[in-house]
Amino acid sequence: MEQVKCECGHVNPYGTAFCESCGKPIEETTKPLLDMRYEGSARRSQTYNKTIIDKIWNFFSSVKVGVWLIVITLIASAIGTIFPQEMYLPPNVTPAQYYEDQYGWAGKLYYELGFNNLYGSWWYMLLLASIGVSLVICSLDRVIPLYRALNNQGVVRHETFLRRQRLFSITNVNDERLFETVKERLAKRRYHIREENGNILAEKGRFSRWGPYVNHIGLIIFLIGAMLRFVPGMYVDKVLWIREGETKEIPGTNGKYFLKNEKFIFETYEKGKENEVFNAAIDRVGSGMVAKTYQTNAVLYKRVGPVIPGDEPKLQKVKEYKIRVNDPLKYDHYALYQVDFKLNELSKMSFQLIDKKTGTSFGTVTVDLRNPTSSYNLGKGYRVELLSYFPDFYFDNDGNPATKTKIPNNPAFVFKMYAPDKPKGEVSFVAIRQTIEPFGNNKYKMAFAGIETRNVSALTVRRDFTLWILGVGGTIFMIGVIQGMYWNHRRIWLKQVNGEVWLAAHTNKNWFGLKNEIKSIIEGTGLAMPVDQAEMKKKAAQGGNEHGATQ
Amino acid sequence: MVQLSSTLLYIAFVLYLIGTLFFGGTIRDKKGASRTSRWATIGITVTISGFISQLGYFILRWIAAGHAPVSNLFEYTTFFGMMLVAAFIIIYFIYKTSVLGLFTLPIALLIIAYASMFPREITPLIPALQSDWLKIHVTTAAAGEAILAVSFAAGLIYLIRAVDQSKPSKRTFWLEFVLFCLITTLGFVAVSSAFSIAGYEAKFKWIDKNGMEKEVIYNMPALVGPNQGQLEKESADRFQPLAEMPAIINAKRLNTVIWSLFGGAVLYLLFRLVLRKRVAAALQPLVKNVNLDLTDEISYRAVAIGFPVFTLGALIFAMIWAQIAWTRFWGWDPKEVWALITWLFYAAFLHLRLSKGWHGEKSAWLAVIGFAIIMFNLVAVNLVIAGLHSYAGM
Repeated sequence: MEQVKCECGHVNPYGTAFCESCGKPIEETTKPLLDMRYEGSARRSQTYNKTIIDKIWNFFSSVKVGVWLIVITLIASAIGTIFPQEMYLPPNVTPAQYYEDQYGWAGKLYYELGFNNLYGSWWYMLLLASIGVSLVICSLDRVIPLYRALNNQGVVRHETFLRRQRLFSITNVNDERLFETVKERLAKRRYHIREENGNILAEKGRFSRWGPYVNHIGLIIFLIGAMLRFVPGMYVDKVLWIREGETKEIPGTNGKYFLKNEKFIFETYEKGKENEVFNAAIDRVGSGMVAKTYQTNAVLYKRVGPVIPGDEPKLQKVKEYKIRVNDPLKYDHYALYQVDFKLNELSKMSFQLIDKKTGTSFGTVTVDLRNPTSSYNLGKGYRVELLSYFPDFYFDNDGNPATKTKIPNNPAFVFKMYAPDKPKGEVSFVAIRQTIEPFGNNKYKMAFAGIETRNVSALTVRRDFTLWILGVGGTIFMIGVIQGMYWNHRRIWLKQVNGEVWLAAHTNKNWFGLKNEIKSIIEGTGLAMPVDQAEMKKKAAQGGNEHGATQ
Repeated sequence: MVQLSSTLLYIAFVLYLIGTLFFGGTIRDKKGASRTSRWATIGITVTISGFISQLGYFILRWIAAGHAPVSNLFEYTTFFGMMLVAAFIIIYFIYKTSVLGLFTLPIALLIIAYASMFPREITPLIPALQSDWLKIHVTTAAAGEAILAVSFAAGLIYLIRAVDQSKPSKRTFWLEFVLFCLITTLGFVAVSSAFSIAGYEAKFKWIDKNGMEKEVIYNMPALVGPNQGQLEKESADRFQPLAEMPAIINAKRLNTVIWSLFGGAVLYLLFRLVLRKRVAAALQPLVKNVNLDLTDEISYRAVAIGFPVFTLGALIFAMIWAQIAWTRFWGWDPKEVWALITWLFYAAFLHLRLSKGWHGEKSAWLAVIGFAIIMFNLVAVNLVIAGLHSYAGM
């Protein structure tokens, strides 16, 4: 495409609205004010619309499209909070059933529309991705021409340019010292001043114009970081249930690290033990009802030596740590978080072999409920064998004993008891609070003698190599947004035309502040305060209103 | 110390009330007189005194509790009110508009009064809250929301001034609706206080959605009762519910909402009867001297200042803390999602304003909607949608 040469001699790219250097409109417009938004620069999206690439580019470069994407995402996100997402459902429920049971037809519909997993749905991802694309294209479409235009801007501006600024005034003055005074005052206010043939361009805060693009870069980095999570190896997220006294391999570490749970501590706020100011609050919900501490006293081990399958790993202690909520154990990019617990899980159950009639005891059998031994010799010819073990016992549909899980929530046992007078043994089925003798009357029985319990702690294992990227993205975003929001790009032009001084000013926002600044700069110089032509226009449209103007 | 702290909050409340009256006095100032009249000077002085008093409440309570008093709904909401006043004071010194005080202070008063309807005891921290990030995240988020709320106050002023009240229209309807919502908050405060002073209490036995028998104490007469609710013996003489709710609905809260709406409606009708015109129309003379462009700029400026603060507090600090406490920086918890929605909304607001030229009235309506979203996140997400943050309702 051919370039456009302005009468001032500057060559502008095709599509420019007004000359980058002097500001003279390339094509005459009838509008009283110039649209200064992107300095009238030639944006690709406004210039080309032929090929399919042009069309895609133009679609995503539109702020209107961007705002629609934001609004649709906003509404979709809101819909996702109407009912709980699937990940927040209680464990062991069927989602389809749960939504219908809890929320009736609305819940059913919610589930059928797939809103139960809304934030992980393909279309929500697509929305986020579109916002990402829009961020990139919007920014590129604007930032390059804007940079060109601001870089090429001339000090000497065309009269039409000045006349069509929102703030503009003409003063008939003849004071040689005027420009010196104004320059001094502008410099004091940190304006960067350029001068050419008696024309002045004072500018400050141009860097704030880059704020939006900087923050968009931050957002894109953030989105990329969030996407990298799906790359294998970048992200580990496992749960480790570990009982007191146990040493377990930490999942996700490929057998490199092991953890021992020394003790799990659960505390609540109890009246009398706490700061008195809490008494009223503790009274209201009840003493011992509010959790105070969840803590796992853990020891981290590292495996040393070669890995030999089947061999017990050799462990070397790395460190001890009290893992608490808000205080994870961190080592080698891994972090272990306190997330859940189970108190008083059955660990051992003891029975006495007794004679039912006399009550005489012939010894105690202690069954380790996680790892039971099958035979227990009590001496003197008394012996007990564990034939079957059901850690989480129930009767299945056929009426046979079975186990729901491997966790000893409701243990049941089939014992075979041998005694000198019963060499063939007697079979007894023992569960909590019940004993069944499948083959008639036994002489002996296994009498319940006690239990041991221990606590189980649940730790989440994380390793996330994307976090620093998210951190960088977030930081850049904050810098950009502050840069763009807390500073303003202000420009003031002064031009001498036939013994008159023309004053025009522009800011990208905060006009009130600019007007105040101009007021104090021209005070006492005799220069006329620029008129806000946008306000004049509005007032004219409203039929004049004495209170419309700034005071 | 706790007692003194409460007294200081009470004093702050009264001072804000007095401040409002003084800012009201500036309405009659003649235009063209010196920029800040004596009324305005007294108004801002009283407001600052109130702020200092509330700051005293905050510090004393912090010392007493041993943690930043932003850990439950009462504390958070009160702090939000305090930040709103702080944001107003800052904006006041930039723009010197006393009419902004006339609108911001009553909103702050409403917020603090609303907060006081929730349990005011100092609560011990549950494990998830035992972190320095509690004070960092919550205070920054509240400050961000409060600054954004100033844009609502300015937007409201803009709308009251700009909406043509000579004939009914969609705009007059929605403006009335906004005012009705504010009045309903007042209704909630009035009804709650009245029944609380009367010491009303009705104990119900009811059956929850899992078929378990539960007990609930109503502090207002039960217009709607809980599922299969029965008044217990000691409350036998209490008001019998007119209707019974299914188990999935929190009947006690719904009852409170109905009473608040009822209180709000009565107040609103009373206003209309006395004023004999729309409430917004009655307020219009108060803002007749307001410069629309300046109000628009204040509203926008508040968003420009508040948006980065909000992002930092409600998203970035929130994510850092979530990573530490909940193992993940983002988990689509309703409160998180609504913070994201708020952020997206103000992002859209800024884009519409900067690139689409949505100034003036459109921008003012957006500021109102933004505040509605913030309030939704503060009120509804805590009380209606349960989530990880629901401890705030404890």
